[in-house]
Amino acid sequence: MSFDYDKYLRPGKLPHIWCPGCGHGIILKGLLRAIDACELNKDNTAIVSGIGCASRLPGYVDFNTLHTAHGRAAAFATGIKMAKPEMNVLVVGGDGDGVAIGGNHFIHACRRNIDMTYVICNNFIYGMTGGQFSPCTPTGDRASTTPYGNPDPVFDISQLAIGAGATFVARSTSFHAAQIDKLIAEGIRHKGMAVIEILDDCPTTYGRRNKFRSVVDMMKRFKEQAVPVAKAEKMSKEELDSKIVTGILHREERPEYCEQYAQVVKTARSL
Amino acid sequence: MAKKIALLQGNEACAYGALYAGCRFFGGYPITPSTEVAEVMAKELPKNGGKFIQMEDEIAAIASVLGASLTGAKALTASSGPGISLKQELIGYACIAEIPCVIVNVMRGGPSTGMPTGPSQSDIMQARWGTHGDHAAIAVAPASCQEIFSETVRAFNLAETYRMPVQVLLDEINGHMRERIELPEPGDLEIIDRQTPPVSPDQYLPYDPSFGDIPPLAAFGSGYRFHVTGLNKAADGFPTTKAKLVDAEERRQLRKVEANRELIEKNEEHMIEDAEIVIVAIGTISRSARNAVNQLREQGMKVGLFRPITLWPFPERRIAELAGQAKAMIIPEMNLGQMILEVERIVKGACDLHGIGRVDGEPITPSQIMEKIKEVC
Repeated sequence: MSFDYDKYLRPGKLPHIWCPGCGHGIILKGLLRAIDACELNKDNTAIVSGIGCASRLPGYVDFNTLHTAHGRAAAFATGIKMAKPEMNVLVVGGDGDGVAIGGNHFIHACRRNIDMTYVICNNFIYGMTGGQFSPCTPTGDRASTTPYGNPDPVFDISQLAIGAGATFVARSTSFHAAQIDKLIAEGIRHKGMAVIEILDDCPTTYGRRNKFRSVVDMMKRFKEQAVPVAKAEKMSKEELDSKIVTGILHREERPEYCEQYAQVVKTARSL
Repeated sequence: MAKKIALLQGNEACAYGALYAGCRFFGGYPITPSTEVAEVMAKELPKNGGKFIQMEDEIAAIASVLGASLTGAKALTASSGPGISLKQELIGYACIAEIPCVIVNVMRGGPSTGMPTGPSQSDIMQARWGTHGDHAAIAVAPASCQEIFSETVRAFNLAETYRMPVQVLLDEINGHMRERIELPEPGDLEIIDRQTPPVSPDQYLPYDPSFGDIPPLAAFGSGYRFHVTGLNKAADGFPTTKAKLVDAEERRQLRKVEANRELIEKNEEHMIEDAEIVIVAIGTISRSARNAVNQLREQGMKVGLFRPITLWPFPERRIAELAGQAKAMIIPEMNLGQMILEVERIVKGACDLHGIGRVDGEPITPSQIMEKIKEVC
């Protein structure tokens, strides 16, 4: 039987704002399948976002949803989780939102290892504002604010998350639709900060400026560039240069923040 | 039964007032001269079933407070001028999304880093107009440590009643000053808690105007699933650009405060009945003004003090009345002329206005006020 997305979509809120060919819809469906697989209770689940195209996702889904200000999703989500640790907290947003304006909140949520699942849709561009370069736009690429090519080096979101202390980090692409829900589900089940970076496409503002003739072309490169973790381990740095390593990149057990704070409460009450 | 007496710093009184009001979440970031509020909350909240978190920056601090408030917790943050400047982004979010919270601003010199250890009242206008866009504002400006306690309690009550951010304005002097306080027993001060919606989840709209101008806010995780956004929204909480809906929502949000001025405003009047000269002063400087009034009365001058305890909304009706009675108003403030602009707007030339401004990190003294009055009257 096919999956019943309607169970989780708010009636009357579609069509979404995303352009034809945008990868966010694929991620939305993956997210809902993951939530279903983890049997999360709708009443007890909050989905938080910042600003941008991907951040419109919470409006379409039937949970406790919070569309915050630009970059601030992780910080709002931290307040929700701290105040009500029994809630499942998920964050969804884009690359510019998450690691440019929201970079500080992102790394500190990782450092605390607070139990939330952050799905970051990396389409290498600020789509909603018309295609300005983000910290994830490849060097040399064109954006509306890099008319002569992007001079900036690129943030590797997954490596940033690992470096900052996230205890579950995974990566996939919008081509790998069947992998997305599995990785998000793993992230939800993981106790601690889980970051799932999903590379996806903005044909409207990124693709057309960077010589992708069609969405299919954009999808094809994800297919060609993707290398599963196990295979990547046997490859040299040079061989991996233009590749995208996919799968679970990092997993460790470390005390979760709300549990740590519960210890603080115990200590405070015992004095 | 004898009251419990304590010697408390203003910032500590503020924190204990918040705890008395039922505050169960504090999100903060260190900044002078407000840090003691955070330090008390860090110590006391875990004992009281509450949560304290020191966030990575000022914006994150208020973000965490708004997230916590959405789960139903009474939530507090504290900062000072430069930190409040950073928080303005999400003070606006709290306004439009109508999320109750209390923000303490222990004012210091500015602009920018300014004078971290020097007192100031230069955020009077920031408290009203700091965030962009049209919005209502409530700010209280207590003078003594006892009043800092009780006004912090009232700030929580106002935040919950009007479903909006409320600011408590202290300054480096009354924030750090220590005074004897009678600690209220439970029940001595009114505590207003958030109302749960009187309708079932399937009928609930988070901004439903059929509830009146202040629709009840359900808690995340309580079975009422709803959407919150910083975009202009319709009654159902979802974004809209429909002119009529946006206009109605914007006006309702301003009306929450405008239509309830009488309930929100709170002033103190000292020797005002026959006063020909009215000093309008808030917070720490109202203490100098009271001393000046008492000394000048002994000299036979008809001087009185009008002290807004609720600074915003500004007490327009009463100031206008006093302008009809007084020959002159004196407005001493630790800035170079902010509150006087508001008085001027209301008085409309009905009496003379004289400001006393000071921004050198020293308070305005009673003798400075007396000299000014003798010079101009």
